[in-house]
Amino acid sequence: MTDETATTTDVTGTGSAATDMDVAGADVTGTDVAGAAGTGGGRSADGDGAAGADDVLVTVEGLEVHFPIKRGIVLERTVGYVYAVDGIDLTIRRGETYGLVGESGCGKTTMGRGLLRLVEPTGGRVVFDDTDVSTLKGETLRKSRRRMQMIFQDPLSSLDPRQSVESILVEGMRAHGLDSGKESTRARLVELLDSVGLPESALHKYPHEFSGGQRQRIGIARALAVEPDLIVADEPVSALDVSVQAQVLNLLEELQQRLGLTYLVIAHDLAVVRHISDRIGVMYLGSLVEEASSDEMYAEPMHPYTKALLSAVPVPDPTVEDEREQILLTGDLPSPANPPTGCRFHTRCPWKQDTLCDTDRPELREVGDGHRVACHYAEDIAAGRITRHEVEPELVHPDT
Amino acid sequence: MALLDVRDLSVVFKRKGTRPFTAVDGVSFSVEPGQTVGLVGESGSGKSVTSLAIMGLLPKRGAEIGGSVTFSDTELLTLSDKQLRDRRGRDLGMVFQDPLSSLNPVITIGLQITEVLERHRGMTRKEARVEAAELLDRVGLPDPQRRIDEYPHQLSGGMRQRVLIAIALACRPKLLIADEPTTALDVTIQAQILSLLSELVSETDTALIMITHDLGVVAGLCDDVNVMYGGRIVERAQRHDLFERSRHPYTHGLLQSIPRLNAPRGEPLTPIRGSVSDNIEWEQGCAFAPRCPNATDVCWSEPPELKADDGRMLRCHNPVAIGDAVTEGAL
Ligand SMILES: Nc1ncnc2c1ncn2[C@@H]1O[C@H](COP(=O)(O)OP(=O)(O)OP(=O)(O)O)[C@@H](O)[C@H]1O
Ligand SMILES: Nc1ncnc2c1ncn2[C@@H]1O[C@H](COP(=O)(O)OP(=O)(O)OP(=O)(O)O)[C@@H](O)[C@H]1O
Ligand code: SF4
Ligand code: SF4
Ligand SMILES: [Mg+2]
Ligand SMILES: [Mg+2]
Repeated sequence: MTDETATTTDVTGTGSAATDMDVAGADVTGTDVAGAAGTGGGRSADGDGAAGADDVLVTVEGLEVHFPIKRGIVLERTVGYVYAVDGIDLTIRRGETYGLVGESGCGKTTMGRGLLRLVEPTGGRVVFDDTDVSTLKGETLRKSRRRMQMIFQDPLSSLDPRQSVESILVEGMRAHGLDSGKESTRARLVELLDSVGLPESALHKYPHEFSGGQRQRIGIARALAVEPDLIVADEPVSALDVSVQAQVLNLLEELQQRLGLTYLVIAHDLAVVRHISDRIGVMYLGSLVEEASSDEMYAEPMHPYTKALLSAVPVPDPTVEDEREQILLTGDLPSPANPPTGCRFHTRCPWKQDTLCDTDRPELREVGDGHRVACHYAEDIAAGRITRHEVEPELVHPDT
Repeated sequence: MALLDVRDLSVVFKRKGTRPFTAVDGVSFSVEPGQTVGLVGESGSGKSVTSLAIMGLLPKRGAEIGGSVTFSDTELLTLSDKQLRDRRGRDLGMVFQDPLSSLNPVITIGLQITEVLERHRGMTRKEARVEAAELLDRVGLPDPQRRIDEYPHQLSGGMRQRVLIAIALACRPKLLIADEPTTALDVTIQAQILSLLSELVSETDTALIMITHDLGVVAGLCDDVNVMYGGRIVERAQRHDLFERSRHPYTHGLLQSIPRLNAPRGEPLTPIRGSVSDNIEWEQGCAFAPRCPNATDVCWSEPPELKADDGRMLRCHNPVAIGDAVTEGAL
C-alpha cells in the first residue's frame, strides 16, 4: 500500500478530471425529476435525524474510473475503455456505515480505490471533510491519506510476509509521524492489538503464523494505527471461514462505536452488508441503481435489479426458502467495456418497457425519504401498474 | 435399498516425513434415488475428500481409504480402475466448483459432450451432436446450435458451469455429486444454477449430493443435511429439523453467527469463539471442545460417538437443550 501511495501521488490527473466533471455535471441536471438529489446538500436538507449538512464526511460527485484497453505491441493504442466506475454520486455521513453491494466486476473495488485515489479517477470529484481531495497533490495528498484507510479482502496477500506485526503496524505510524517515542509507540502498539483482540505477544510474529481471522485483525489494526476517520473495507470477511466472520463483523462494529469511525463497506454478500450498514448502495455495471437505508432496502426494494438480487440470496431457513418467490434473471452480466445503451440493466430486466429503457439512461433520483432509484418505471413497478415478463437471455462473451 | 451407501469411510493422507493426516473419519450416510443430500461444513472439514473418495478420484498413492462405498449393490472401493471409470461414466456424475479447470480448454464444448455420449451411450457422432445440442438447451445455454462449437474460454463462468452440468448429465447418471457448484458464481447466477439443479433432480429422479459451505443453499435444496466438522459428521437431520432446532453446539453456533438477510438490523451476532486451528484431535476428545460453550470435562477426554437422538444423528456429549435449540430467525 505504501508503494501504491508513492506511485499514485505522481500521476495526479487533475486536469482531465476537471473536464470530465463538467460532462458528469451536465448529465445530472439533464433530467426532469432528478433535480439536485444527487448531492449531500440536497439530501440532508430533508433533515434526516442526526444527519445535518455538516455531518457529511465524504461527498462523491460524478466519480468515473475508465480503464483504457490497449492493443498492439510496438505501437500501443487505446481501442476502448472498461467503464469500471461510470458516474457515481453519493455521500457518506460521519459515523455511519455505508454498504456498497453488487456482483463481481460491477466496480465496487474500483469505486473504493477511486474514492481514496489509490487509482486515479478519470472524472468527478471526492470531497472529504470539506476538502476537495481530487485536486490534492504531493504532501497534502499524502497527509490526507492518513485519515482514509483501507482494509482488504485477503489479509494474507495484503500483509508483507517478511514483516513482523510490529513492523507492519509501525510503518504507517512512522510515515505519518505518529511514532513519537519508543515508550509511547510501544504503548500504542499494545493498545492497538488489544483493541482488535490480539495479545501483545503477536507483535513479534509474522502473518503466516496467524489464522485467517487473526490476520484480518492485523489488517484492521494496521488501518487503525494512523487514527483514520474513514475506513474503506473491501470484502473484509469474504475470505474468512463462516464461523469466524461474525467475530470480525462484531469487531468492526465495536470499533466504530468506540472510535467514531466512518465505514464504507464493500461486499458481494448481501446478508453481511445488510447486517453492518446503515445505508446501502446497490451497484450494477459501474453505477448506483438504488440507495436506501438498510431496512428499507430489504423491506421495499424498488429497482428491478435490487429485487432480483435480494430474491436470489439463499437464506438458512427452510420455511423462508420454501415460500420465497424468486425473480430469476436470465443471461449474464454484460461487459463493462461494452455496457448496454439506455438503462444498463435493460438486457436482463424482467420489467423492461418498450420506451425509454433501451434509449435513455435513468438518473438516480429521489423517490422517498433517503431512497434513490435509477429506473424510469420505479413507481409503476411499485404500484403494480406494470408487471414482470419473460426475458430472452442475451449472450455475453467474457473477453471483449 | 439405498442407491448409495457410505459406511465408515475414512481417508488418511500419508506422506514421507509428515505425520499421517486423517481428513475423513468414520463418515457414514446413504442416498436414495431422487433424494438430495447435503454435506456442509467449513473449509477443510473434509467435504471434497469425501466426494473424491466416493468417486474413486483420490490419488492412489498417499491416500489410504477405509470403510465401504456401495453403489447399487456394487462395492466401489475395490473396483479396478477400468471398472470404476466405466461406472463413473455411466452412473455417477460430478460437477466441481471451478468449471474452467475441469473443462478441457482446447476442445470445443460440443466435442466434450459428444465424447461422453459416444463412449458411454454408444451413439454415432451425428446422433451425439444432436443430443449434445439438446443437453445444452436443457441446461439453459442460450443459442446452443452456435455455442456448441465454441471453446470454454468463450463462455462466462455461469455458462461454463451449465456446460459442466450438461456433461455430467450426458451419461444420465443415477447420482450427481456437486461440490460447491455455485461458490465461484454471483448470487443471481447461483440462483439460476440451483434452480436448474433442483429441476433436473425432480424431473429425472437423479439423486444429488450437494456439497457447500453455504447453509442457505442447503436450506432450500436438500432433504437430509450432514454437518461435518474436522472430518467427521457431527449432526445429521432433515432440513427443517436441522435449521429450526439445531442440536449440535457447532451447528447451533454457526446458525447463530451468520448474518441473515431477513434478520432485523442492529442485533450483534453471536460468534463462535476461536477458529479451527484450536481443534483438538478426535482421538483425544471432541475436536470442537476448545470452541464449544457446552464443553465439560468428558468432552476433553472422550470422543463422542454419532448416535441417534431426537429424530436425528448427533455426535455430542452435551447437545443444545431442546428448548434452546430453536434457531433465531426461523420464522
Ligand atoms: N487496473 C485495472 N485495469 C483494467 N481494468 C480493471 C482494472 N481494475 C479493475 N478493472 C475492471 O473494472 C471492472 C470493475 O472491477 P472491480 O474490481 O472494481 O469490480 P468489483 O465489483 O470489485 O468485483 P469483485 O466483486 O469481483 O471484487 C472489471 O471489469 C475489472 O475487470
Ligand atoms: N491430496 C491431499 N493430501 C493431503 N491432504 C489433503 C489432500 N487433499 C485434502 N487434504 C486435506 O484434507 C482436509 C480436508 O480437505 P477437503 O478438501 O475435503 O476440505 P473441504 O471441506 O472440501 O474444504 P473447502 O470448503 O475448503 O473445499 C484439509 O485439511 C486438506 O488440507
Ligand atoms: S429503466 Fe427499464 S430496464 Fe431499467 S430497470 Fe427500470 S424498467 Fe428495467
Ligand atoms: S461433545 Fe462436548 S465439546 Fe463436543 S460439541 Fe458436544 S458439548 Fe461441545
Ligand atoms: Mg472487488
Ligand atoms: Mg472442498
